[in-house]
Amino acid sequence: MKYIKLLASFTLTIIVFYLLNTKIGSIPPMGKFLNPYTGIWQNEINESTEGTIAIKGLKNPVTVHYDSLLVPHVFAENELDLYRTQGYITAKHRLWQMEFQTYAAAGRLSEIIGDKALEYDRQERRRGMVYGAEKAIEDMKQDDETAAYIEAYAEGVNAYISSLDPKRYPVEYKLLDYQPELWSPKKTGLLLMYMTKMLAGRDSDMEFTNVLKLFGEKQFNLLFPDFFDSTEPIIPKDTDWSFIDVPQTPHPDSTSVDFNLDEKLNQPDPDNGSNNWAVSDEKSSSGHAILANDPHLGLNLPNIWFVMQLSTPTHQTYGATIPGALSIISGFNQYIAWGETNATRDVIDWYKIKFNEDRTSYFYDNDWYPVKKRLEEIKIKGKETFIDTVLYTHHGPVVFDKNFRSENEKSGYAMRWIGHLGGNNQKTFIALNRAENYDDYVKAISHWSAPAQNIVFASNTGDIALWIQGRLPNKWEGQGKFVMDGSLPQNDWQGFIPQRFNAHTKNPKRGFVSSANQHPVDENYPFYVFNDGYETYRNRVINDFFNSKDKVSVKDFKTLQNNNYNLKAAELMPYMLEHLNTDEFNSVEKEVYNIAKNWNYNNDITEKGPAVWREWWKSLYQLTWDEFDHDSIALKKPFVYQTIYLLKHHGNHEFMDIKDTPEKETAKDLFLKSFKTAVSRLDEWKDKNGDYNWTNYKKTYAGHLLQALPAFSRFNLPIGGDRNIVNATSENHGPSWKMIVEMSSPPEAYGIYPGGQSGNPGSKYYDNFIDDWANGDYYKLPYLTSINDTTNINSTQTLTPTTND
Amino acid sequence: MTKSLINFILTFIIAYIFSFFMGWYSVMTASLLTALFIPLKRLAVFFVPFLSIFLLWCIYSYVLSSSNDFILAKKIAVLLPLNGNPYLLILITGLIGGLAAGAAALFGNQLRVVFSK
Repeated sequence: MKYIKLLASFTLTIIVFYLLNTKIGSIPPMGKFLNPYTGIWQNEINESTEGTIAIKGLKNPVTVHYDSLLVPHVFAENELDLYRTQGYITAKHRLWQMEFQTYAAAGRLSEIIGDKALEYDRQERRRGMVYGAEKAIEDMKQDDETAAYIEAYAEGVNAYISSLDPKRYPVEYKLLDYQPELWSPKKTGLLLMYMTKMLAGRDSDMEFTNVLKLFGEKQFNLLFPDFFDSTEPIIPKDTDWSFIDVPQTPHPDSTSVDFNLDEKLNQPDPDNGSNNWAVSDEKSSSGHAILANDPHLGLNLPNIWFVMQLSTPTHQTYGATIPGALSIISGFNQYIAWGETNATRDVIDWYKIKFNEDRTSYFYDNDWYPVKKRLEEIKIKGKETFIDTVLYTHHGPVVFDKNFRSENEKSGYAMRWIGHLGGNNQKTFIALNRAENYDDYVKAISHWSAPAQNIVFASNTGDIALWIQGRLPNKWEGQGKFVMDGSLPQNDWQGFIPQRFNAHTKNPKRGFVSSANQHPVDENYPFYVFNDGYETYRNRVINDFFNSKDKVSVKDFKTLQNNNYNLKAAELMPYMLEHLNTDEFNSVEKEVYNIAKNWNYNNDITEKGPAVWREWWKSLYQLTWDEFDHDSIALKKPFVYQTIYLLKHHGNHEFMDIKDTPEKETAKDLFLKSFKTAVSRLDEWKDKNGDYNWTNYKKTYAGHLLQALPAFSRFNLPIGGDRNIVNATSENHGPSWKMIVEMSSPPEAYGIYPGGQSGNPGSKYYDNFIDDWANGDYYKLPYLTSINDTTNINSTQTLTPTTND
Repeated sequence: MTKSLINFILTFIIAYIFSFFMGWYSVMTASLLTALFIPLKRLAVFFVPFLSIFLLWCIYSYVLSSSNDFILAKKIAVLLPLNGNPYLLILITGLIGGLAAGAAALFGNQLRVVFSK
């Protein structure tokens, strides 16, 4: 009997141990997770920002002042120490995030969360994310300085990881039950690829090809014109291009191919974009140039940005960094300020590939060329490793073939992407951080290849400029709009636009430069620029604002960044209201009609108009493009601007007809039908959720990087704006960093972002900026001009070389 | 009664000391040891170490969390989900520790029974 009891109690003990020590489904191992010695209770803590810490590899002591926002101000004697410290400090505050993002970039999420991420991982591998990062690292290592800094940064990160007691691992590691691994320069390469994918990873070549096939060339050109009826390009229209002496690649005789593929790679958020602008000293009311930047990205916690000051004896540089990459990305020093918006150029093209019998070679230029194989090993938590064989042609990886989302044995689709061509993007930022004038800026950005960016510039001497910088293929007219035949050499990219001929402007007559992801140039620019969805609203509001004022101040900049004017609605809704037959409206319809009629077209938090517009437009857009509702083929619907243009100017076009009804509808019929749908949807919404004022209706949130885990996210943020509005805050997307810099001496800067400096959900610095951000407020950024300047400083940490170095 | 008290206090202290060089399961080792050397009767075999560790984990997690205004505990109490209540989370923490300790004590007690005769 006693042996049975012994066995029973032993079994019980083992079972209890196993259950509390093992992650079961998404439930963390509860004993490990909740015990007070090593579990989450150890994360109930704010970062220590005092004392002296020895860091291996430092040449000289480094001082890190922390201000009340938990912004570290790093003072190092040289750049090697500076970047080593940046790695250490970034890891200290954002370790889990910086590592997780590189896992996501590298298609390694299955290692953490198991086979539910396998499809995603395969897609990222086949997209060539790791291949591209390897190319980039090769190029970065060619440059001794970049190589040394990236290495120092990695060692700095690793100095932190090695010093970290496992009980203090960020809470996400405990939740998912894994450990951090060491950092390497390759991870910086992966992070830069992550940004390239986010900002230059979108294309519609396959959808466009289908649209062309379905509707023909004439209709296609009506729906997707290269230029809209009016443009307000980034580079002013009167710019003289006569200095460009290299022609556009001449058009060959080539057509796109037929294909039967419905799958597409996951696309980055189409709203990824930004605003930036600068006014010259002459247009500034203070007499100093002023610059602003607000990148619109996913609203995540921890936020994508981490703010730092990085100083050496010659340069004090301040601004937003991206954890994992070196130096300040959007910021200023005592001489210059700069910021980026996305240039959205077409740098992804697709080629149909014809294979031989055993798929060892592919047909090109009337000959057979060998296929290269790349084996992608995908480790899966709790399962066997999955090996994916990806075939590479000279175009790039064959993303879709019989092994992945396609049926055909003997064909596939290869991707030509700027992200695969390497380049030393890191050098641009390292050089910008210490740039002192326009020439330094131009030289710094010349290294930038992708994602193409509109890089705005202002200096303390009053210069302003804007370059559209990237390595951009010199395409023939229409090249890459559609999927191309991969066997014809004339379909290859024939070369690149020489960097000095990238569109740019310096000190334009109008006294300001600006960009908001709109068309970079007008028709006169001598190279082909494909319009795959340039923004058409924010740019006009911004430029109108500056054109209407003689002088502007920092206060005006703040007002403009927080501008909620909905130009898109203002261009269509009055027209719709005017053409709406209201005779037979019921009381609810009348009420909604009146809300619309009385709206001032500002997407402010208390307004109901924005919700009415949102529903009305959604339903109208759906009805207008019912021709595009196909289950079996992927199609791209026309862009908003062109849709509104057609509704107003071609109201009787055959596209306005709803195919499922016997009547022949016009735009005006669509207005009424869609209005009624909108009213019933709003009514339903109201029954469920109450008042549809814009805060309630939009429900802006900042979601934790792990699929917006509610516990670590912030919901229902009261902030106005929307996509296509200067304050571009939609549900989970918007100004992820807002910066305004006046180039006085020293510069006076304001900034904020939706998040906090700490990546630890247990820190009060995790999300402490969010309410002020939603409110449209700014912090005056405590820029320190010297190591001895300790105004606004809460605490100081000293990093010293280890004694045995 | 005194034995219960001695077991209770010893489990508490040993568990705390073991926690410096062992994982969370140090509470199981501690209660197993005390069960081997300080015999208890019937329900007390389980409940004395259960209560001891329950208290240890509750107090310790309370101390850590209260000094940080329960910022993280409130969030973890949304995650689990416990309605965002940090005190419930502390209670659950104590229960888990207690359960582990109690189970190991049952085993320790049986070992003692088997080997002592």
